[in-house]
Amino acid sequence: MATHTSTESQDLYGDDADAGAVFTAAGGDWDQVVEDIAAVGEERIVVNMGPQHPSTHGVLRLILELDGETVREARAGIGYLHTGIEKNMEYRTWVQGTTFCTRMDYLTPIFNEAVYCLGVERLLGITDQVPERATTIRVLMMELNRIGSHLIALGTGGMELGATTVMTTCFRERERILRFFEAVTGLRMNHAYVRPGGVNQDIPDGGLELLEKEIADLKGGLGEIERLLLENPVFKARTVDVGYLSLAGCMALGITGPILRSTGLPHDLRKSDPYCGYETYDFNVVTRDSMDAYGRVCIRIEEMWESIKIAEQAIERLRASVGEPIMVADKKIAWPAQMSVGADGQGNSLDHIRRIMGESMESLIHHFKLVTEGFRVAPGQAYAAVESPKGELGCHVVSDGGTRPYRAHFRDPSFNNLQAASVLSEGGLVADVIVAVASIDPVMGGVDR
Amino acid sequence: MSDENQNTDETPEVNVENTRAEGTAGPRAAEAPAVSGAVGAREVAHKKGMFGSSLGNDTSGYGGLERPVLFPGASPRPFGGYFDEVADHLERALGTAYAQSVESIVIDRNEMTVHVHRDRLPTVARALRDDPALRFEVCTGVSGVHYPEQVGAELHAVYHFQSITHGMRRVRLEVSCPDEKPHIPSIVDIYPANDWHERETFDMFGIVFDSHPALTRILMPDDWPGHPQRKDYPLGGIPVEYKGATIPAPDERRSYN
Repeated sequence: MATHTSTESQDLYGDDADAGAVFTAAGGDWDQVVEDIAAVGEERIVVNMGPQHPSTHGVLRLILELDGETVREARAGIGYLHTGIEKNMEYRTWVQGTTFCTRMDYLTPIFNEAVYCLGVERLLGITDQVPERATTIRVLMMELNRIGSHLIALGTGGMELGATTVMTTCFRERERILRFFEAVTGLRMNHAYVRPGGVNQDIPDGGLELLEKEIADLKGGLGEIERLLLENPVFKARTVDVGYLSLAGCMALGITGPILRSTGLPHDLRKSDPYCGYETYDFNVVTRDSMDAYGRVCIRIEEMWESIKIAEQAIERLRASVGEPIMVADKKIAWPAQMSVGADGQGNSLDHIRRIMGESMESLIHHFKLVTEGFRVAPGQAYAAVESPKGELGCHVVSDGGTRPYRAHFRDPSFNNLQAASVLSEGGLVADVIVAVASIDPVMGGVDR
Repeated sequence: MSDENQNTDETPEVNVENTRAEGTAGPRAAEAPAVSGAVGAREVAHKKGMFGSSLGNDTSGYGGLERPVLFPGASPRPFGGYFDEVADHLERALGTAYAQSVESIVIDRNEMTVHVHRDRLPTVARALRDDPALRFEVCTGVSGVHYPEQVGAELHAVYHFQSITHGMRRVRLEVSCPDEKPHIPSIVDIYPANDWHERETFDMFGIVFDSHPALTRILMPDDWPGHPQRKDYPLGGIPVEYKGATIPAPDERRSYN
């Protein structure tokens, strides 16, 4: 698209005609734009970055008031990816809710499902009845998902600085995680794998061996990323002391996750408010005290090593618990349909179909009622929270005694943490805005839901 | 304000409600969520029919069945866990204002909900943040809930707080306001983190948070009519059309709630 300039006010969204000249720059000759802006002679200009911009992590709109190259005010505009997931969930059964919420922050699908299921289980009062093996599988999947999410955070952050090698390396390593996810759930993303009461299906035969091989390779890849980033003078010049936020600022803005831990506070829900049996795993909470973007990168890299540690412990436990149930024993809650790995990938278990279609009419009725109508949840409300790669992911679920959520609200860490975009970037250079936003690691699917 | 507790029912009703009257209802699932010591459950809605079919085609013969939707009511002391300590410190920190501020305290599913009168919300929030014995540093946002049948208290705002200082204590404040006058004081000056959360709740429910620095829509476009998460707002308000056929909006399809 050619550069379009106009000295007349053509701001479609501006409130008053005196707002000033508007320039639309989407490619074209930059010299022309600069010349036009110089002709206006304004010292401060307002730049709209996004919502379509390769450096804004998806459809995020940043409204920057610039004084030369210095950012005087920064505001984030969101909502471009709002899909009404919370509203939609009110019209589906409790189990179907997992297929919706898994799509919120599409880089952390397992966390979305897990926090929702923990909330529903709390409402049902079956938290203690979820089988040990199911919980271990959840932990394994969550930790692998954490690695995947951190790899994207580093990769896209690197790409936004112009370091495409970081991006390709991180995506290559993330592929290892996705291969295992595909083997277990049938999908690379949007798994709907964690279900109220347990998980959808067991780890397939040979799954753990596949994972061990991938983890061994992943360790090599992580080392490569460390060597690529941590002592790289260009990378350090761009990230050290950029995007500063102190502990007081984090507390006031409700910031959690790597940004909070970069102030030195070892706050991690896995340790401080354990769920899914995290208190039985051996791992460390990683902190830095630099309070800047570089510290957050270091935290993310080290957290991946910790996640591998947890995953290896989980693999060991899964080896010891082969054959144990992966879904709550209560048949009034457990999802009746069974999946199996067929010649063409995955599909319905033929044994289960034979049973409900040919052997037991009661099973068929039961299956039909649970799948179409769903189980009921006694009225009340609950709040569950997990430590997602981005911070505290909370889920507030309300039931009116029906088969569908009366209300499901997600406190997405990206949504909350993006509020810090202003304070992280104001007073800095316009180029540092990119680094600051990348250090928040917002995913717009989660922000806008 | 007594809206919260005016529709109290007798205790036996709670048990009736909790035992699910239906085919898919398992005894274990039904008895599990212990409504710990609910003295007077709070009726938030009333349901008719056995299967709750949205199309009015319930042929089960139980179409005349009526049942209230009962939420757990105020809990008696002791609450158990750290809840007693939080309640004591809250009472001490608020002093004489306690009686007018806190309407009831509900302990349910091992979570603590403090129902607060909306005018007193900032006072209570300030005490939660500043009192050294309470010190709930972080507010993890506000979530709206719409109860159309709760006349005079249709819109609820539910705030979640956590105290890292005191070892991850969590407490929830619930505030209600009538649909005709949907105003609740903002707590952004106390918990700046609530800025976007209050904007979202305004956007989705139409609750006006008074003295919020810039209460504008955040997820929906600025000129969007209505507040989508309210129960009277249809899902799929924009019809989906295929060539030569239309499909009903999701909220008009058959359902069993």
